[in-house]
Amino acid sequence: MKKSLLMIGVVIVLLLMSGSVLFAGEKDYRVGCVFAITGKASWLGEPEMKTVEMIAREINEAGGINGHKLKLFIEDSQGDNTRAVNAVKKLIKKNNVCAIIGPSRSGTSMAVIPIVQKAQIPLISCAGAEVIVVPVEERKWVFKTPQKDSDCVRRIYEHMIEKGIKDIGIISGTTGFGNAGRKQLKDIAAEYKINIVADETYSPADTDMTAQLVKIKNAGAMALVNWSIVPAQSIVPQNMKHLKMDIQLYQSHGFGNVKYAKAAGAAGNGIIFPAGRLLAVDSLPDDNPQKAVLLGYKNKYETKFNETVSTFGGHAYDSLWLVANALKAVGDNPEKIREQLEKSELVGTGGIFKLSPMDHNGLDKTAFEMLTVQDGKFVVLKD
Amino acid sequence: MNTGGGFSDFLQFIFMGLQRGSIYALVAMGFNIIYNSTGLINFAQGEFVVLGGLMMVTLTMTLSLPMPVAFVITVLFVMIMGILMERLTINPVKSPSVMRLIIITIAVSIIIKGLAMIFWGKESHFMRHFSSEETFEIFGATILPQTLWIIGILVLVVICFILFFNYTMTGKSMRACAINRDAARLTGINDRNMVMLSFALSAGIGAIAGIIITPIIQMDYARGALLGLKGFGAAVVGGLGNSLGAVVAGILLGVIEALGGGYISSHYMDAMALLIMLVVLFIRPSGIFGSVEASRLKEF
Amino acid sequence: MGWKNYMGMLVLFLMVAAAPLIIRNDYYLGVLVFAALNCLACIGLCLLMGYAGQISLGHAAFIGIGAYASGYMTVRLGLSPWTAMAAGIFLSAGVALIVGIPALRLKGHYLAMATLGFGSILHIVAVAAIDITGGPGGLNNIPAISLFGIALNTDTRFFYFSWAIVLIGLYFGFNLIHSRVGRGLRALHGSEDAAGSLGINTASYKIQIFVLSSVYASISGSLYAYYINYIDPGPFSVMHSVLLVTMVAVGGLHKIWGAVFGAVLLTLLPEFLSSFSEYFQVIGIEYKPDYDTLIYGLILLIIMLFLPEGLFGGFGDAIHALQGKMKRLREARE
Repeated sequence: MKKSLLMIGVVIVLLLMSGSVLFAGEKDYRVGCVFAITGKASWLGEPEMKTVEMIAREINEAGGINGHKLKLFIEDSQGDNTRAVNAVKKLIKKNNVCAIIGPSRSGTSMAVIPIVQKAQIPLISCAGAEVIVVPVEERKWVFKTPQKDSDCVRRIYEHMIEKGIKDIGIISGTTGFGNAGRKQLKDIAAEYKINIVADETYSPADTDMTAQLVKIKNAGAMALVNWSIVPAQSIVPQNMKHLKMDIQLYQSHGFGNVKYAKAAGAAGNGIIFPAGRLLAVDSLPDDNPQKAVLLGYKNKYETKFNETVSTFGGHAYDSLWLVANALKAVGDNPEKIREQLEKSELVGTGGIFKLSPMDHNGLDKTAFEMLTVQDGKFVVLKD
Repeated sequence: MNTGGGFSDFLQFIFMGLQRGSIYALVAMGFNIIYNSTGLINFAQGEFVVLGGLMMVTLTMTLSLPMPVAFVITVLFVMIMGILMERLTINPVKSPSVMRLIIITIAVSIIIKGLAMIFWGKESHFMRHFSSEETFEIFGATILPQTLWIIGILVLVVICFILFFNYTMTGKSMRACAINRDAARLTGINDRNMVMLSFALSAGIGAIAGIIITPIIQMDYARGALLGLKGFGAAVVGGLGNSLGAVVAGILLGVIEALGGGYISSHYMDAMALLIMLVVLFIRPSGIFGSVEASRLKEF
Repeated sequence: MGWKNYMGMLVLFLMVAAAPLIIRNDYYLGVLVFAALNCLACIGLCLLMGYAGQISLGHAAFIGIGAYASGYMTVRLGLSPWTAMAAGIFLSAGVALIVGIPALRLKGHYLAMATLGFGSILHIVAVAAIDITGGPGGLNNIPAISLFGIALNTDTRFFYFSWAIVLIGLYFGFNLIHSRVGRGLRALHGSEDAAGSLGINTASYKIQIFVLSSVYASISGSLYAYYINYIDPGPFSVMHSVLLVTMVAVGGLHKIWGAVFGAVLLTLLPEFLSSFSEYFQVIGIEYKPDYDTLIYGLILLIIMLFLPEGLFGGFGDAIHALQGKMKRLREARE
């Protein structure tokens, strides 16, 4: 009896070790990815995963980087902070990656920052909140490719001023992205002399925002900004329609997957939101410096996966190219990659990046284009 | 711009509460059917609701079947799941302890949840309403046609329920089993079949709840636990085993939640029904509408 | 507390001492830290379920109380991790007392549902009370705990620390069941009415055990916060409570060793499955982490249907049966 128990113990230990041996070996460039591939934020993570897999294959078919193959370790955070924390630990400790791309969401990104800071591994987040890379002194190892939420707020407010809208309501998800956006909306309002008359929130699991919308309706808001990243955001336009609220609805750049518009159905028509040029590539003039990159990515993605491209996949595209270019320039030493990232320039899908030690994002508000929803499709806003 | 305030807001929240409450009422009825025939609380009750909702989404949105056909298929499908559950997990266990039965139904709920996650994925699924999405306006508040469908179907189910248990032989036999199983067996009623039937009926009612609410709240694989728990809350407040009490309690909980969400805090809306359930459990476990004597007779 | 238990603890001690020497990968040590944390919570739950005969489907809430007390007090109030952990213990015990006094008057299904409701409410509060808990965004930058001036900020150090706490927890647990309270409890489990008529204050025993098990869970939660350095409501959901019950039931309800065994087994299971996924792919089956839930459910169901005393209990029974058989054989030969 005891002998067989001992044997079982030995086998278990051997199996545990075999897991780590399996992946070790050749001198590949190892890059980790953490995306919300399944779960409530799968409309972010899924296109991100498809994009990095597509680009990595392309790079490897062209002979890799400096003769090294690019090996991606992709983890699914399920949009869950704790899973993301564990995934990043696993990538660093088990897979020995030299850089990490992701996570997809602001909350998950904030959650993993202390780990990469401590482990000294560069991380390029694919999430929207500006606080991910600010203050830069405390974010030495953290970068991000999506446009800043403060710039998104500015573009929305500029549009409101043009339309003569002064009193607005805001409603945000109680997630990392939602909280950060809510703070920016409130902080920047005074700059544009905009008056926030109602400030409501909803949790990602909520299914009915009637109570919040009734309050916003009674507060006399002339427009509503809905700032969220999860599918619950598409319930807001539906509830508004049911309550016969006909004020203008603005969304954040967290609305950049056409599936959100589809989930909102007919109620989604007329929503206005700022987003990267990827979604409006067809209406760009040919001399736009981004056009070639955008068309290239869009065509490749849409033919390969037979689905409409989203800005989220674009963020992963930009992140992976930043890392790939850095690997090409300095090899796979994390510290050198970090230094290289701080002086990177890239014409990407999110805009024209110009990173610096003081700016770990490298985009400004001109990276945005105002879009609107028309019959379940995104089109450039005409006026 | 509507600045109706006061009364129209109140009415708006009441409509919202009726909509939520009807679902709790149906789930509570499902709990009671099984409880009455077996003395067992089925922790997988909420999963029947999820299965109903998700199956209906697939049949109507992916396979584009007409609503009534999809409705019938979905209910039958979930009823079969209920029967399978009873035959495979409850029936084979001889002389079980309460804790073992609880854990078995929990295991079934995890399995159903896991299967639903594999078949339908983790994202929310949306479904079109039974009829138009144009709301009616009543005293400044708006009401969706779907809400009327929900209330109408609840009333219909309750009527069928009363007719079945009072006027059919099978229904009467089930009631006999509920009152005294041994005595019922002596009169020639097959009590084992009655248990299976109760699982089928309970699953069917759960499926109906899932089908009618999905157009409004969307559905995902993880909803079952909370829906089940709130349904149990309604069953407890109404007095466990008392189905009409459960309907009243379900509506009451829904309305309290909606008013609490509207006037106190929308963040704690989901906690309110649960809090009421706890208070009732702690102060008067026999429920508001149940009699203390009746609850003493149950095998607890 | 029986020489068998001492021997068991000695074996466990030796295994723990040797593990980091054999497993030289921080990631797998991290997995074993989670196993230790689950063990701790399961020992408490086992005392409640197996010895006091009461089911709790809200135990993740106590883990959450411990974790959030530690997180909030260290991050927002700047208290030391040890103080915060102690505060968490008092808070959990207080909440357990408030909930336990009315809840433990209930029986069977009612108690299960009441604890489930309690767990759900606390989870909703963790999501909604953003000012205290940080809401779904959670609390970040929770400091590491230190012992004798050594910060437990590496996986190896925390591995030893967490398993040391498990051993202490085991020691307390064994002492308890071999004390007067334990004997009273066993009487309680046999027949509550009979125990009551013998003058055993059943209600008081049940509440004491409920409070004690909440303390185990709270410590587990505090350690979790100091290990991961980040918390959000996710891991403290009702699903985790159910998972804890599964661990105890799989190991065996009526044996503390069963809880330890179940907790370690089910914590390692997903790792095994994902490590094996490469092999699965060879034979044409793709294993995804998504299947974990289903597998937990199936294991729980199979155990409850065919081995209601759990793997450890069933194992013990088998050994007893075997010993009996050998004895009879020997007797027959003589």
